[in-house]
Amino acid sequence: MYRIEIVERRTFLQQLLSASALVIGASATPFDFTGAETGETSGAATAAWNPNVYLGLEPDGRIILITHRSEMGTGARSVLPVVLADELEADWSMVKLEQAIGDKKYGSQNTDGSCSIRDFYDVMRQAGASTRLMLERAAAAKWGVAATEVKASNHFVVHTASGRKLGFGELAADAAKQAVPKKEELKFKSPAEFRYIGKSLKTIDNADLSSGKGMFGIDASMPGMVHASIARSPVFGGTLKSFDDKAAKAVKGVTQTVEIPRFKGQQLMFQPLGGVAVIANSTWAAKKGREALKVEWDAGENAAYDSAKYKVSLLETVRKPQKALRNLGDVDAEFAKASQSGRQTHEAEYYMPHLAHAPMEPVAAVAEFKDGKVVCHANTQNPQAVQDTVAAALGIKPQDVICNVTLLGGGFGRKSKPDYVAEAALLSRSVGKPVKVTWSREEDIQFDYYHAVAAMYLKASIGDKGKATALLQRSAFPSIATTFDSRARYGAGFEMDMGWTDAPFDIPNIRAENGPAQNHVRIGWLRAVANLYHAFGLHSFMDELAHLAKRDPVEYLLDSLGAPRKLDMKAQGVAAYSNQGKPIQDYPVDIGRLRNVVELAAEKSGWAKKKSVKGHGFGIAVHRSFLSYIACVVEVTVDAQGRVRIPSVHMAVDPGQIINPDRVKAQFEGAAVFGTSIAMMGEITAMNGVIQQSNFDGYPVARMHEAPLHTHVHIVPSSAPPAGVGEPGVPPMIPALTNAIFAATGKRVRDLPVRKTKLV
Amino acid sequence: MITLKVNGASRQYDGDAEMPLLWYLRDELQMTGTKYGCGEGLCGACTVHLNGQAVRSCQTDMQTAAGKNITTIEGLHPQANHPVQQAWRNANVPQCGYCQSGQIMQACALLKQKPKPTDADIDTAMRGNICRCGTYQRIREAIHAAANGNKSQTAKGGE
Repeated sequence: MYRIEIVERRTFLQQLLSASALVIGASATPFDFTGAETGETSGAATAAWNPNVYLGLEPDGRIILITHRSEMGTGARSVLPVVLADELEADWSMVKLEQAIGDKKYGSQNTDGSCSIRDFYDVMRQAGASTRLMLERAAAAKWGVAATEVKASNHFVVHTASGRKLGFGELAADAAKQAVPKKEELKFKSPAEFRYIGKSLKTIDNADLSSGKGMFGIDASMPGMVHASIARSPVFGGTLKSFDDKAAKAVKGVTQTVEIPRFKGQQLMFQPLGGVAVIANSTWAAKKGREALKVEWDAGENAAYDSAKYKVSLLETVRKPQKALRNLGDVDAEFAKASQSGRQTHEAEYYMPHLAHAPMEPVAAVAEFKDGKVVCHANTQNPQAVQDTVAAALGIKPQDVICNVTLLGGGFGRKSKPDYVAEAALLSRSVGKPVKVTWSREEDIQFDYYHAVAAMYLKASIGDKGKATALLQRSAFPSIATTFDSRARYGAGFEMDMGWTDAPFDIPNIRAENGPAQNHVRIGWLRAVANLYHAFGLHSFMDELAHLAKRDPVEYLLDSLGAPRKLDMKAQGVAAYSNQGKPIQDYPVDIGRLRNVVELAAEKSGWAKKKSVKGHGFGIAVHRSFLSYIACVVEVTVDAQGRVRIPSVHMAVDPGQIINPDRVKAQFEGAAVFGTSIAMMGEITAMNGVIQQSNFDGYPVARMHEAPLHTHVHIVPSSAPPAGVGEPGVPPMIPALTNAIFAATGKRVRDLPVRKTKLV
Repeated sequence: MITLKVNGASRQYDGDAEMPLLWYLRDELQMTGTKYGCGEGLCGACTVHLNGQAVRSCQTDMQTAAGKNITTIEGLHPQANHPVQQAWRNANVPQCGYCQSGQIMQACALLKQKPKPTDADIDTAMRGNICRCGTYQRIREAIHAAANGNKSQTAKGGE
């Protein structure tokens, strides 16, 4: 349910809009106030109302749209407002976007989980259709004709019979006097009438990003600001014993040092890690000062963390029965039958290490604490989390934190965790000036919220034609839940439902289990989250079964998916499937769509004509995540030295309704590279609790010559509800790549990254 | 006192001669188009031209920059309309865009040396520049397009 309403100009809007502008707000936050969705303006309704979009129409025809999504490269902040403009019949060249500050009145601003379009598509259309109808009614009233005789067209309302027309701007004042239409009165455009949806408009940032004009968090400044560089405990959770800042203070430009308290309690959340900050008049002096600082830490219990030993313990965990989260049929009985009748079983273990986000722009923020309030500029995916985190750190109210959102130089989930903004705000309070905190690459890699290391065990019993008759999947990984409660030991429901409990195969007996694991570093979500390891384990294993059956992997995959159907997840043995928080009737687990993308990827890549030979192989994987269906065919060459090259990738993608095909393609092209980094080279390790990598030498990511040469993205035309685009390309890329390596070399890589395996 | 030219303008600097040019450009001149990415010459985000050669400004200290001509992304073309920048816009190369200043400066240096680079030339010249969003194939496409006078390129999107 959505609510559209004429709104008063509030503080932020007053700076942007003139007094005579028509201002429309819209809410996507479901609320239960009876009748409130039709635009009643009682006090109770207003209090419960959180508009996430503001549209201002000026008398000169300019439209100001407040865009509440952070821009980290997906195009979200440019693309989402297009939906409103299209439905409004506005001229896009008359639309100016303004980035929203953090404010709960916008509803969720958390740009994460590939949700910008799917969570806000309907409300954007409703806001556009409502405003359009108000403009049409205003024009009809002016001309004294029936509203049905007029029609909005490209920023004008036209009376077809008489040929009269009035510009949107000329109608703004009268439209503002119209009652906001009820939802039932709205007429939405048919897809054939879309003017911008489905077209690849340039993003508003396109030109700035090739001229150096884009303003990122690291570029933000405030008058009179100083710079900070922070020394933190090399072991997670360590406490400060003592520090000597004589040498640090002797560095020219260094003015003082400030202690930042260690995080407290069982809820780590986004609290700063704590440490000692060196304050200086330049970024360089602060860095030199920090290098000269002598600090002693009490490392604490995580000093025993050794990722090599941890790997062994996770693998031991998945060899034993664990907590079942999906139970379909009777896996044990089927395994027993297989054993009695001498039928074959197959089992395998998989491992994916910790990963760091490593966005090209490290986290950075500048903050000023003054008169009990904070003003900050930050490269954040989630400005409301900035408000909450800074407020909690300083003991002030969230509404007293003004968070300006800059461009983000990549995010991948790291920048929805605003510990660094709280550091800047705390330091500003101590120093009495605005403080800029710029994390170095070393800090970025050594103090991340790491993607969880994961171990998986899979076992299948093999029936007719090599098809599995039972499938057992076990995983163990330190959960993201540990970030919110340090006592958490099992995977959270949303993690288990990312490619593990929802294995979409036509196998009568399936059990998905999860074992306990304790975290020893901060754990966070990284682009595609738990899908990364689950997809790697599950779809590698399915490829193993295909080869075991001596069947073509595509043909085997289609046979294993079974007939087109929508899965009833309860009947599939999953008690409460979270489905990315969306109703299963709107976003089903649709085997037909999975099959379709497999067939499309196979067709477009010419799979049937291409046979893998030594040194040249093809691999496939299909995965549903973020409610989208993605199949990926990867071609690799492996030379005599074992060097892997990726001449081509074909991604067949079905994310439902899309807005901007070029930006969708770009996300999947990028996902192929991101997946390549994870599969081929990504690995974070720890010894004595200390992360062993610190820059792009120890933590390599794919470069030009290592990335796929050509990634072809094939978009399935669809009017299904919009799903995710930013993340779902990554999970299938990883097993498709290792499956291709198997096809080319006969080496099954079960232990990532690939670079640790000698391929020839 | 160190003197140098930045985008054609003479500049004087009397601070720490060991400070990397990167921080001089960003902190002292507020030319923030040149980006910090690693501080170790591993990622290429800070690439500028020093006497026409692509260098990593995080590895070039002020002493080394003394007496040199420095060109940054801001100085590449007065209207940001260098053929490489045009090609970048036409191909919608940037996603987050953070690394693109460095990519463009590196690509310009390549094209000056090799006006018609092959894919292998591009691999060699661009392998020092990381793009975490994974825009490499469009970077390659844009370099080829710029080399061909931006004629052969099919423009993606458009107003």
